[in-house]
Amino acid sequence: MSKIIGGITTSHIPAIGVAMDKGLENEPYWKEFFAAYPPVRQWLNEQKPDIAIVFYNDHGLEFFLDRKPTFAIGTAREYHNADEGWGIKPIPPITGETDLSWHIVNSLIEDDFDPTVCQEMRVDHGLTVPLSLMYPGHDYQHIQVIPVAINCERHPMPKPSRSFALGQAIGRAVESWSGDKKVVMFGTGGLSHQLDGERAGYINHEFDHYCMDQLVPNPEALTRYSNGDLLKIAGSQGVELAMWLAMRGALPGKLTELHRSYHAPISNTGAGVMLIQND
Amino acid sequence: MSIPHSPPGTQVFDGPMATQGYALNKLCYSFNEAAAREAFQADESAYCDRFGLSAEQKEALLKRDVLKLQALGGSIYYLAKFAGVLGLGVQDVGGLQTGMSTDEFKAMLVDGGNRRFGEYDYE
Repeated sequence: MSKIIGGITTSHIPAIGVAMDKGLENEPYWKEFFAAYPPVRQWLNEQKPDIAIVFYNDHGLEFFLDRKPTFAIGTAREYHNADEGWGIKPIPPITGETDLSWHIVNSLIEDDFDPTVCQEMRVDHGLTVPLSLMYPGHDYQHIQVIPVAINCERHPMPKPSRSFALGQAIGRAVESWSGDKKVVMFGTGGLSHQLDGERAGYINHEFDHYCMDQLVPNPEALTRYSNGDLLKIAGSQGVELAMWLAMRGALPGKLTELHRSYHAPISNTGAGVMLIQND
Repeated sequence: MSIPHSPPGTQVFDGPMATQGYALNKLCYSFNEAAAREAFQADESAYCDRFGLSAEQKEALLKRDVLKLQALGGSIYYLAKFAGVLGLGVQDVGGLQTGMSTDEFKAMLVDGGNRRFGEYDYE
């Protein structure tokens, strides 16, 4: 019997990966941001999940506008990163998973979700930065990863309520799987930020705290928003809240918030970390 | 309606914008390959012609007019790759779009972020 042990939220911006590569974790700019992670790493090292389902958005590496899935799920044995346009460094391959992945695909279709299924996909910083944050030194190959990509780039995007429902359906799929594995959910990206336009640099700290306050006890307070609401309240890229909601939807049990941190700005964003145990 | 209206200071990247900007975004997407970055830098104008940019898009690209490129259908995710070719980071691009130096833009972020168009209440 598999078990969903909990969920983690984290920023995934490229600058974090660069800071880790350069060993800048203790520099004044980064110190407080990175201080949020040791308790999360300790929990992961104690709980030893076998599988991580990582909700992220592709930023134009695997998916261009020619064929951009609304929801995509990987079923590959292995995943690789690649150059995203600024000479990003190659990192060790990410271990995939095929049994639960296909079970989730089957279960989602039965549940009236129709994702794009990828037996090969390059994964970008949206997925790799969180993994490197959780397992410094790229020491992540022991955990099997199932990537779930949500379109956060071109409107129309899935409604926040739909991303939450996708997470719920994935939670049901994991619980109905016969494999005897521990599964953790990662909700990556966010919180408020805007990269584009004359409003570039918009951050809404109050809203970010509100999201973190509501996510565990009252996710409906967040799923009520449209993407148009999020765009205004949280900035153009604030729609990345979708991945937090999918992660939250995939936690079906009694939830306990074990750890929380918020630090802004990191690059252009409000960076929120939450560790949620699912019993 | 699921397609949001653009709030002030923001160009929502939706279907019509994606149609208008397809060639431009495809050009920027090509920069995932190092060889493409080199080819662009060797002859920017010829590279634009190869992708079939409109005259307006080409002019904006050659001038590094990031706001204009967005108005002509450029997505910030692909324009970020263009910025990478130029050696610019997101804060440099933020400065270009807001008429600030990079340091001024960074200071604004530390100071609570861009409030030029107000702040939207979450209730």
